[in-house]
Amino acid sequence: MTTFRLNGLVVTPDAEPDTPLLWVIRDQPGLTGTKFGCGIGMCGVCTVHLGGKAIRSCITPLSAVAGADVVTIEGLDPANNHPLQRAWLSLQVPQCGYCQSGQIMQAADLLTRFPNPTDQDIDAVMAGNLCRCMTYPRIRAAIHLAAKTMKAKA
Amino acid sequence: MGKLVMTDTSLGSLSRRGFFVVSTATGIAFGLPVPVRAANDPAAKSGLPPKFQGPVFEPTLWFTVDGNGMVTIHVIRAEMGQHVGTALARILADELEVQWDKVRILHVDSDSKWGTMVTGGSWSVWQSFPPFSRAGAAGRLALIEQGAKLLEVEPAACTARNGIVTAGAKSISYGDIVKKGALDRRFSPEELAKLPIKPVTERRLIGKLVTALDVPNKINGTAVYGIDAKVPGIVFARPIIPPTRNGSVVTSVDDSAARSVKGYIKTITLDDPSNTVPGWVMVIAESYPAADRAAERVKVTWKAGPTAKVSEADVQTHGAALIAKASGGSLVETGGGDTIAALKAAKTTIEASYTTATVLHFALEPLNALAFEKDGVFEIHTGNQWQSLILPTLAKALARPEASIVMRTYMLGGGFGRRLNGDYAIPAALAAKAMGRPVKMILTREDDSRFDSPRSPSIQSLKMGFDDKGAVIGMEHHAAAGWPTEVMVPGFMPKGTNGVSYDPFAISGADHWYEVGALKVRALSNDLANATFRPGWLRSVGPGWTNWALESFIDEAASHLKLDPVAFRLKLLTGAGRNAGKSPDSEGGALRQANVVRLAAERAGWGKPLPPDTALGIATSFGQERAMPTWVACVARVNIARATGIVKVEKLTIVTDAGTIIAPDSARAQTEGAALWGLSMALHEGTEFVNGEVKDTNLASYFPLRIKNVPMLDIHFVESSEVPVGLGEPATTVVGPAIGNAIFAATGARLRHIPITPEAVRKALL
Repeated sequence: MTTFRLNGLVVTPDAEPDTPLLWVIRDQPGLTGTKFGCGIGMCGVCTVHLGGKAIRSCITPLSAVAGADVVTIEGLDPANNHPLQRAWLSLQVPQCGYCQSGQIMQAADLLTRFPNPTDQDIDAVMAGNLCRCMTYPRIRAAIHLAAKTMKAKA
Repeated sequence: MGKLVMTDTSLGSLSRRGFFVVSTATGIAFGLPVPVRAANDPAAKSGLPPKFQGPVFEPTLWFTVDGNGMVTIHVIRAEMGQHVGTALARILADELEVQWDKVRILHVDSDSKWGTMVTGGSWSVWQSFPPFSRAGAAGRLALIEQGAKLLEVEPAACTARNGIVTAGAKSISYGDIVKKGALDRRFSPEELAKLPIKPVTERRLIGKLVTALDVPNKINGTAVYGIDAKVPGIVFARPIIPPTRNGSVVTSVDDSAARSVKGYIKTITLDDPSNTVPGWVMVIAESYPAADRAAERVKVTWKAGPTAKVSEADVQTHGAALIAKASGGSLVETGGGDTIAALKAAKTTIEASYTTATVLHFALEPLNALAFEKDGVFEIHTGNQWQSLILPTLAKALARPEASIVMRTYMLGGGFGRRLNGDYAIPAALAAKAMGRPVKMILTREDDSRFDSPRSPSIQSLKMGFDDKGAVIGMEHHAAAGWPTEVMVPGFMPKGTNGVSYDPFAISGADHWYEVGALKVRALSNDLANATFRPGWLRSVGPGWTNWALESFIDEAASHLKLDPVAFRLKLLTGAGRNAGKSPDSEGGALRQANVVRLAAERAGWGKPLPPDTALGIATSFGQERAMPTWVACVARVNIARATGIVKVEKLTIVTDAGTIIAPDSARAQTEGAALWGLSMALHEGTEFVNGEVKDTNLASYFPLRIKNVPMLDIHFVESSEVPVGLGEPATTVVGPAIGNAIFAATGARLRHIPITPEAVRKALL
């Protein structure tokens, strides 16, 4: 049995240790904001935070998160009001929306490392997150907008 | 095909208007209120529709007003990123004169009362505008009449605004009118048809910016997609799919190695009376990871279908042979003219052949469906774009009446046309029937690609003849590709002028608005493609390849005549004769196309000097079909690295005339997405058939556009109060030829295949 913290709560899921974290998150606690896309870590729709860093939960076995802190889109901000979520709303980034949890989780990690990202920084970090609806121009703009509001607050 | 065949016989031939007539014939007639069985509200938590307050007034099938004045609008279209419910609700709410914060939408479940349920073809707004405007107007009139009674004034003394009926100093809200009950006003279809629509100047919601109702839940993880659907007692299935799309037969199944997997239940070989998924095996387990793990250990052998060795080259060679044969195919109505004589009489002629590769939908939500029987009804929970198409097939597969099957449509994690073909609902339904309990099937990414209905590879041959003054006097366009409509809805195919049926979605675009003298368009069904895979409707469908050929070829003609590509297009877009357009849908005709060409060229700085190996290229289109033209033009600014052959698209300038724009930000978003899809298919993505299957099944070798390759975008809409037409697809098809034409302008190298690879560019530069 593997125990870890999920959005701040201690959980001990009933699952084989090699079960991908993605399905552990989705099935038992029912946190379905994290999505299944490619299964090989190359589309980014399954992105969550492990110890504050963005990882691909579809290729992360449950055993790898023992004792660690995992945060999903549902836990990013207690009021779903993270500066990125506000920017995403004001620029109406999502189309189908399926990849957006992963985009936002990846972008949150980006902003902790690059508080003032350039377009090149954004391109480099966000290149692993596919958006099939091609909302890329708005993702880029929303990251800049969130960076600006976070800086204004700081 | 119950409903679909009806469309064919009652309307003669397929027209997109056909869908409209059918859906409104059954849909708009006022009837007694029938409660919605179940539905999805994208703005509500978990999609569960909120409860009504007090009595409910349902003046038409399309909406209700409750005692709190809350207006609930019924949306038959699927939400897959276009924010369609918001756009449609704005149309109705505007005429109803209700404030926006009193409006919610419900994506309804399948029920015959809704008429044909389909979301595709960029049709939604265009088709729904007339019935939704009139439904709103009818509701407003009924509420004014009843409000007048309650206020003891004449209806003529009343106005309605923001959900309140006012007469002088007296007023009453819609909610209070409904609360008092006794609303029984009914309109006959004839009365409805005569209802006046508000003048443009009185519009209060249409054309204004708004936050789409589905957006908030898509940024906090609570939007519910098909893959998130759950019911108690569920088991999970991962299919093992056969080596050919058609004709495979299972010869053995060995699950001995899977039995030790914790949670494994059993493996079922599907018996499918509808023959939709021949050779499918379903591995069932208590959880999806267990089904996944077990499926890796189940060994299945098949007798493969006859297309097990077919390659992309085989399909294209077959297409070329079909074109080379003068007989065969369907001649599309183009106004006629003797092209053979014209080309013979021509002083000069040009001829070229163009090809496009197989393209995957690759929607990020892998295909999935949840199926179960409850209270005598078989429920299918999934994301789907054409419920009316798959319901008769489900009935056949399950051997039960269509009326006892209901589809509950969730948010779609991408549609792009893949979910028009609901074939994935069949294996889930069959497995649920076999198991006698709810089954949730989820495909792996690789299986999603293998089971895709991809965009068919295409091959096209074009010819053009010019007189001694350089005027175009004749043109031929021959196109061979797999035909989705022939494979999935043959009853929908209209007949060409030679009496042969054709797939309109596979040839539209070739019947263009240029003045070229005699024009022949010949559509050929590539039967080898149709046998090898199930050709799909993929964002724009045929125009994705016809415009690649046509707009590249028009550029080649301009070059042949030593004319500027913009000037040459404007010369051909005369708006004369059959290209004058018809009121109301194609009002203005080719002159509106000329306008977007001119505007795009201006905005992009056409004719201004640029750095070396950098150039502009233009392409234009009328969108999806002549009956519903969306006029669009694109200028691509492209730089070519000669040494590597890498094409960098620096900027795309897109001008669109889609008539009235209902939801401006969604319109822009759709255009951004469509244009970048066009870029992706022009330079980045494409696969090929090898041994009867697509070669690339996941992101290690299939490369859709990523953020780093997104160019600057300048997107502009022509201000217009004409009929609102479609926006989901039109910008897709102009980007590829604009890029190809820019490469030619920069280097003199002409590329005639998409995707354009660096290797192909290097070769063309030699």
